[in-house]
Formats: sequence, C-alpha cells, structure tokens
Amino acid sequence: MGTFIQLVIDGLSSGSIYAALALAIVLVNQATGLINFAQGGMAVLSAYIAWQLTAWSVPLLLAILISIAASFVIGAIVERFLIRKFEGGDPDTAVVVTIGLLTLITGICAWIWSYNNKLFPSLFPLETISIAGAVVSVRSIGTILAIVAIMVLLQLLFLGTKLGLALRAVAINPQSAAFSGMPVGRLLMVGWGLAASLGAVAGALVAPQLTLTPNMMDSALVYALAAVIIGGLTSPIGVVIAAWLIGVLENLAAVYVPLIGHDLKIAVPFIMIFVVLIVRPQGLFGRKAVVRV
Amino acid sequence: MTLLELTDVTAFYGPVQVLDTVSLSVPEGGAVGILGANGAGKTTTLRAISGTVRAGGSIVFDGKDIRGLRPDQIAQLGIAHVPEGRGTLGDLTVRENLRVGAYTRKDRKNIAGDIDYCLELFPQLKERITSNASALSGGEQQMLAVARAFMAKPRLLLLDEASLGLAPSTAKTVYDSIKRLRAESGIAMVVVEQNANLAFTLVESATVLETGRNVLTGSSAELKGMDEIRRAYLGG
Repeated sequence: MGTFIQLVIDGLSSGSIYAALALAIVLVNQATGLINFAQGGMAVLSAYIAWQLTAWSVPLLLAILISIAASFVIGAIVERFLIRKFEGGDPDTAVVVTIGLLTLITGICAWIWSYNNKLFPSLFPLETISIAGAVVSVRSIGTILAIVAIMVLLQLLFLGTKLGLALRAVAINPQSAAFSGMPVGRLLMVGWGLAASLGAVAGALVAPQLTLTPNMMDSALVYALAAVIIGGLTSPIGVVIAAWLIGVLENLAAVYVPLIGHDLKIAVPFIMIFVVLIVRPQGLFGRKAVVRV
Repeated sequence: MTLLELTDVTAFYGPVQVLDTVSLSVPEGGAVGILGANGAGKTTTLRAISGTVRAGGSIVFDGKDIRGLRPDQIAQLGIAHVPEGRGTLGDLTVRENLRVGAYTRKDRKNIAGDIDYCLELFPQLKERITSNASALSGGEQQMLAVARAFMAKPRLLLLDEASLGLAPSTAKTVYDSIKRLRAESGIAMVVVEQNANLAFTLVESATVLETGRNVLTGSSAELKGMDEIRRAYLGG
C-alpha cells in the first residue's frame, strides 16, 4: 500500500510538469489555432535564464520569477515577429515554423550553455514526509500544489477578468473581436507571453529532477502533447487531469505490469492516445469541432 | 452635420475590382440603406468602412479620414459593425458576448444598466443569458449581434443583412427592435439589406449599387415610388 501511494503521488508530480507544458500548448492553440512544438524548447530557454541568474547569485525564487517575466516578453516577441507572419496562412507551414524554432532555440541554448548537464537547485526542500505509511518527497507535493495554484489562477484570469474575456474572444473569432475594438495583435502577443511564462514554470519544476540540458524538455513535450490529445484541446482542466492520469498510470504500469517495466513506460501515453483517439477523437473532455458546410 | 462621408471608394479582392466609385453620406443620427443584388458590393462597402477590406478613395468619419486604420481602431472611434453571418462568439455566453461588446467603454458603471436595456429590447435573450451563443437560434443570434454592437455605445452602426436566413416574422421582430433602438439612442446607421421592404421601414434614404457603383440615390419615399426599384427589389 505504501508503494502504491508513493507511486501515485510521484506520478501526480511528474504529471503536473506535463500539465504545465500542456496548458501552455492549449493556451497557444486556443489563441491562434496552432500547436507550438517549440513550447518545450522555449521552456528550456527559460530554465537556462533562471539558472544563469542563480549562477550570478540571484536568490532562486527571484531568479525563477525574473525568468517567468522574461519568458513572457520572449513569447510575445516570438508571436509578433515570427508567428504573426504565418497566422491566417496554411497551418501546416506554421507548424513547421514552430518545429524549426524548437531546433533553433535548442541550438542557441547549447551554443551559450553547452550540452553539459547543469545542476538546477530545487525550490522545495529535499526532505520526505510520511503519508499513510508512504514516504513522499516534499518536492512532489510542492510540484502538485504549484500546478493546482496555476490552474486556479488561469481559471480566475479567463473567467473573472476583462483581459481573460478578451483573450477568449480573440481566440474564438479575431475579426469579430476586432469589431468590438479589441487590439487583436496585442492580445495574441499576451497569449503567447502567458504560454511562455507557463513553460518557464514547467522548466523550473522539471530542471531539478532531470538536470538542465538543451534537450531536457523533449520527452516532457511528448507527454504534454499526449495530455493535450487525451484531455482535448479545448479543455484546460481536462488537459491537467489527462496529464495527471498519464503520470500516474505510467508509474503504476512500470511497477505492476512486468511486461512494460521502467524501460517501456513511455509507451503508456501512446497506448492511451491510441485508445482515446479510437473511442473519443475529440479527447476525454474536449468538444467536437463542428464545421458548418 | 455629416457623420460619415464616402467619396469614390474603390476596393479589390485580389485582381477583381468589387467597388468602383461608391459614394455615401450619412448624417448625424441618420439611417441610410444600401440596396442591390448579390455581388453589387454592399457588404464590401461596409467592410471598407470598418477597415476589414483595403479601400481607395476617401472615407471620412466625424471629420477624420479613417482609411488605413485597423478594424479595432475604427471600432474605438465609435463604429460598430454587425457583420454578415452575425459574428457572435459561439463559445461565450450571451452575457459574455455583451461584455465583449462593451470592451472599449470607459464608463464601467453604466455597463450593467445597458445589458439590462438590451435584455429588455430583446426579451428572448433574457431567457438565454447564460447559454452559449452557439446554442441560440438564428433569430436570437442576430438579436445578440445587434445588442453586442449596441453595448459599445457606437455613434454609427453598420448592419449587414440582419434578416438573412430568418423567418419573415422573426426578421420583422428584429427590425422592430432595431427601430426602437434607433429612436431611443439616436445612433446613426448604414443598413445593407436584400429585403428592401424591411430596409425602408428603418432608413430615410438609400442608395442602390450595381457592380460596385451607385446607380440611384434618393429618399426612401422617392425610391419606393420608382417602378424599377419596385420591380427589382420590392416584389412587383
């Protein structure tokens, strides 16, 4: 029983990291209809910014906050000067552009900071506590709480503020939003900025576990995309639940299903994608896209 | 006092010229109709005004040339466009759609009162206030589109085919409410309408477009009396 609880909580913790990245992907997709494959790469850049600041002896929490703010600016700049040129065009082109951006950012990070692993300090103490007989790391609990807090904040932003309403309006129908006087371009920059900030949070949460490398987020991106597909592109809460589900099932399968084990556990999200796409193509919580003809 | 003056406006979709010298004059608080067959350039004229189509010639609103401004900048100046197809935001509730309409307003405390006014003007919306706009009927969506435009407290309303796809009785209800809105608010209007009978219940004057040009302009009374208008647009 102790092992089981431990596996579940660790699963929720890694699921939370996928969730942060997945939320960023959903945010961009809701705003611009694109899947940003560079979201993970941008998160790595954010983590390097935070790491560099700590190397210059800025306190960790402050370094992370600065990197979150800097990421907002970077995200907005990427939208304004790169993605803007491809919006409204062929979505396939834009997707290829984001893949190119991923390669570019990874290259830039490697060029500045090299491919050598960097130790990234953890926000949470490396202690363990005992819950119902299970030994659980404080870091896992902290990671889960961080993502819950972010979810609540996002929900408040989107449902409770004028800015949130404007972001949703622009995402649904940019032209119609413009007819109500909304500065569509600036709001899209805000959307990309917020997504990049979320990525920065994901980066700061994952870096202490994996150590910082330019490719650190590659597998997290795969999991995040799986969460996006399973949860449904239109449902932020669904995506978080899916990410937790992936994290937990993966952990359980690695231990309790001998055939899978630790080596094959990355197959778990793919099996889940496969099942979900057959049974419910719009995702577990997503809405079916209805196209009028 | 002229609120909006279009002089020799031209517009292209790619190489195809859609507007070729369209002129239009809307007095402060007045309502002007644009009539014409499909493809005559009615919708494009509205798009040129709201900045969604690049136009040549001159478009002067309240003494200022607005040609080349972005749609959101033009909306900020006080022009609200109710587009063809209504442009309601499907995933937002009726109330949220109305709040979107009020986005540019500085007088926050009056917004709730204006939402109530819209719901009184369009009682059907009141029952659907928490529904998503996509769940509304066509008539309700059209009402919502008009109400959303009104929420901006514009000086000029551009109304594109408000009767399109509606049952005749619903179309009449929508137009009656718009008439009341106009009487009570004094908002000037440019009304594009295929159904000239409906348009003439709302506008004092109108212009008829054919292949992107004005072919006839006059008061509603004059135009209604003309044989060619009657034959072409009023069903005999």
